[in-house]
Amino acid sequence: MMKKVYARTTGIQDKVSGFCPGCMHGTVHKMIGEVAEELGIMDRLVRAEGVGCCGLGQNYVSYDTTISPHGRACAMATGMKRSNPDSIIYTYQGDGDLASIGLAETMHAANRNENITVIFINNGIYGMTGGQMAPTTLLGMKSTTTPEGRDPEKGQGYPMHMCEILNQLTGPYYLERTTCTDPAHVRKTKAAIKKAFQNQIDGKGFSMVEIVTSCPTNWGMTPLKAVDFINSDMLKEYPLGVFRDRSKEEKEAE
Amino acid sequence: MARIFMKGCEANAESAVRAGCRFFAGYPITPQNEIPEYFARRLPEVGGNFVQGESEVASVNMLYGSAQTGTRSMSSSSSTGISLYSEGISFMASARIPAVVVNVVRGGPGIGAIQPAQQDYLQATKASGNGGFRMIVLAPSTVQECVDMVYEAFDLAERDDNPVLILADGVLGTMMEPVELPEMKSDEEVAALKAKYYEKAIVGHPITDRKLGVPGSVGTGQEIRNIEAAAMYKTWDKDIRCEEYMTEDAEIILASYGISARISKAAVKDLRAEGIKAGLIRPITVSPFPYDVFKNLDFDRVKGILDVEMSIPAQMKWDVEYAVQDRLPIHECLRSGGQIMTKEKVMEEAHALVKEVL
Ligand SMILES: Cc1ncc(C[n+]2csc(CCOP(=O)(O)OP(=O)(O)O)c2C)c(N)n1
Ligand code: SF4
Ligand SMILES: [Mg+2]
Repeated sequence: MMKKVYARTTGIQDKVSGFCPGCMHGTVHKMIGEVAEELGIMDRLVRAEGVGCCGLGQNYVSYDTTISPHGRACAMATGMKRSNPDSIIYTYQGDGDLASIGLAETMHAANRNENITVIFINNGIYGMTGGQMAPTTLLGMKSTTTPEGRDPEKGQGYPMHMCEILNQLTGPYYLERTTCTDPAHVRKTKAAIKKAFQNQIDGKGFSMVEIVTSCPTNWGMTPLKAVDFINSDMLKEYPLGVFRDRSKEEKEAE
Repeated sequence: MARIFMKGCEANAESAVRAGCRFFAGYPITPQNEIPEYFARRLPEVGGNFVQGESEVASVNMLYGSAQTGTRSMSSSSSTGISLYSEGISFMASARIPAVVVNVVRGGPGIGAIQPAQQDYLQATKASGNGGFRMIVLAPSTVQECVDMVYEAFDLAERDDNPVLILADGVLGTMMEPVELPEMKSDEEVAALKAKYYEKAIVGHPITDRKLGVPGSVGTGQEIRNIEAAAMYKTWDKDIRCEEYMTEDAEIILASYGISARISKAAVKDLRAEGIKAGLIRPITVSPFPYDVFKNLDFDRVKGILDVEMSIPAQMKWDVEYAVQDRLPIHECLRSGGQIMTKEKVMEEAHALVKEVL
């Protein structure tokens, strides 16, 4: 007898995604779908999408999806969750969306410990608009608006670390940074995503998974080189780990 | 039903709650702070949600989010705050989301004066955001009208799947008047309204019945959506509302809306007492605008129009001019920057018009 041990998640449609070859957006979409199936929340799932390459996912995922103005996904998700607590709502946002134009909405949703899940795709660049500097762009990294490499001496600022920044607040419940460079890290990311959704199901509050990903197209690298660059450079600036997990504190208090 | 004495902002908020509004998000700005403050007290009593947004940008997107669940939702702000709502309102119009927004106008541009004004007419009626969308814009002139319009605005928004704007001003927001409040919708009625919206709501559906909220689309999608929206705007002729006061035999017409129209009405009475055949046309819906009321004037009898607004430069005058073209002289009677229109000023300008045209 043959047994089916692996199937495409029902969380994505039977379509080819619009993401570039080697882009990790696709991997994350797949994991979200799998997690939703495992948790049995697919028919309650709502995606509040930011603006960026994440927009390529709106016709790729199979569940209810809405599109927020650039950067406002956390505010929109706040309104949705408050008015319909039965939905399981996640925002899906890039680094330009979440950490630049939407910084205030992100900070304040975290500060209110809004009961939502935030999937944050940190690829160090504005992918959709063609490779401009993001708040997360590494020092020295070339982008179309930092053609000689990002240089704080030129008034271009420093990389912003969202997990660490949000960890300054009392509000958020769970903050973890992961990556998707190999199967072990993909599994870790999936576990983090699952936890971030479980927290919402349990009514615990603001849970964000920051995923350090690549943008081979705008980094000007092959997919494999881009993976190497994450390991050699990105993860030095953005160390992986759990920054906040109040469930641990709650357990210890018991 | 009993009449009670209430402040405009609070009457507005109570009326919304009675209409079934269960979500409000807003950011403090004078002269409308009593609206969010009232909701903050009142919504928890009826199982609703009040959120003080971190900005107008956040608030309007909270509104957008909540409204997509089929929950009757509202927000209010004033002038400079409404400018920050532009993108969110534009998104709601694009995604065809029903919501109610109140602008308690102050005297701009910029941060403007916090006192009452009517300085946002063109923004409200022509372009509350990018993309050429339209909204029904209701302009109350009494606290009772505020109450009735807010109550009705939710029905209009849901009928059209489009945001509705109430264009009020600081006088209406802060003054107290006796009002008759509309009936309180029961919890069952409120739940039924939400249930009715389920087919459009973004709340999670089985994947065989997924919903996609679209503020824009690729390919021909956007044009089709724009065509659909434009066709919907064309159905609004039936919604045009306008008060005509003593216009049957009028030789001069005062054109005015909102609080200025109320002052103009008092002026019409005094002008009539002086033997001047004056009348008032008061657009109640400033969008859609009652162009035909002006177009159908008897241009042999009517000799001139006095446009009365608390705005400098004049704004509604554009619509009046569009309707009457150069068939009549149109004079202006304007105050601005928080200076309230007075009956004396209207009389003075009316006399000047009479001198010229009669
Ligand atoms: C108000 C507004 N400003 C600018 C844009 C243009 N825009 C679209 S996507 C984007 C950047 C997206 O970058 P990021 O959030 O990092 O997502 P990525 O594409 O890298 O995944 C910008 C600036 C917009 N859509 N709306
Ligand atoms: S541009 Fe970059 S982020 Fe966007 S799909 Fe391509 S690789 Fe992915
Ligand atoms: Mg990016």
